[in-house]
Amino acid sequence: MTFWQIIILASIAVLALKVAGYLVPPSLLEKPAAARVADLLTIALLAALAAVQTFGAGEEIVVDARVPAVVVAIALFALRVPFILVVIAAAGVAAGIRALS
Amino acid sequence: MNDPGGFDRHHRSAARAGLAVGLATAAYGISFGALSVASGLDIWQTCFISLVMFSGGSQFALVGVLAAGGAAAGPAAIAGAALLGTRNGIYGIRTAPIVGGGPWKRLAAAWITIDESTAVALAQPTPRSRRTGFWVTGIAVFVGWNLTTLAGALIGEALGDTRAFGLDAAAAAAFVGLLWPRLKRVQAGAVAVAAAVVAVVLTPVLMPGLPVLVAALVAVAIGLFNWLGTPDGPAPVPGAAPSMSDATLPVPEDVLPVPGAALPASGTRVETAS
Repeated sequence: MTFWQIIILASIAVLALKVAGYLVPPSLLEKPAAARVADLLTIALLAALAAVQTFGAGEEIVVDARVPAVVVAIALFALRVPFILVVIAAAGVAAGIRALS
Repeated sequence: MNDPGGFDRHHRSAARAGLAVGLATAAYGISFGALSVASGLDIWQTCFISLVMFSGGSQFALVGVLAAGGAAAGPAAIAGAALLGTRNGIYGIRTAPIVGGGPWKRLAAAWITIDESTAVALAQPTPRSRRTGFWVTGIAVFVGWNLTTLAGALIGEALGDTRAFGLDAAAAAAFVGLLWPRLKRVQAGAVAVAAAVVAVVLTPVLMPGLPVLVAALVAVAIGLFNWLGTPDGPAPVPGAAPSMSDATLPVPEDVLPVPGAALPASGTRVETAS
């Protein structure tokens, strides 16, 4: 697959899921398991992506400047610092460590 | 409800909340644009994603997996983005009665059904202010998000060596930020830790993208059997933060810093909450 094919397919899939919500009967929400799974699915995917983005390098595990950067980010999120500032701070920590090492 | 003054007041406060959330979210589109370009996508591809996919979590997942595995990880990237997009479908079930209108209007509404528009809409007290909150938020985020995506992509291209600028760490921080507002329950925290461990352990074993999908199975298992969950409590609203069920209106923007932010439960499951 080319990047364009991947991008178009993924975009249509996400858009189709939004449209599907307007077409299905509301009674689907009566099932607690469905809503609960959807909720936890989001959490699991985001946590897994965060972990892989922090430790992964292709098919290897690498501990580098990303780890302290993410630790700083977690601390700042806990202090309720706005999202964009935390992301910039994380980039700054990693960039600083790499510039000095 | 025979209080036109109150009606107008709710209407205006819904619009204000929507614009504030739109502004806050737009700032964050810059990071998506820059990270997408750093992942090897060009400016057109980056802007296409923000225009058509228009869902922060899915967008970051797509470019994150492509950055790790390239085009070979395409199926996993698509699956990851789609799975993260399922919650928008659940939101749509709740917002469909709010927006009304014909098929084209409903298609437009579906397009802008995301964490922010749903959260602001459901937090409003009257049908009219809910509708206003939905459309103002959705359109404000859509316009701002796409403009800042373009700006971020241009910045990303200008940076060149993105690793030296720590953009890989910024991507990791972005995922943490999307996750953070959702970690209000024990069950949510357990799922997050388990998923992170599974994904890291499997990274040397499976091709890029697949560890994330396997980690998602953890959530499905825990969700289906409701391990660590509250027994026969109301179903959690997707992304709901239970502590916000008594939130004052309008939704404070700091509750909704980003796409993927927790959806306040007020107005959604209030009727079933004790």
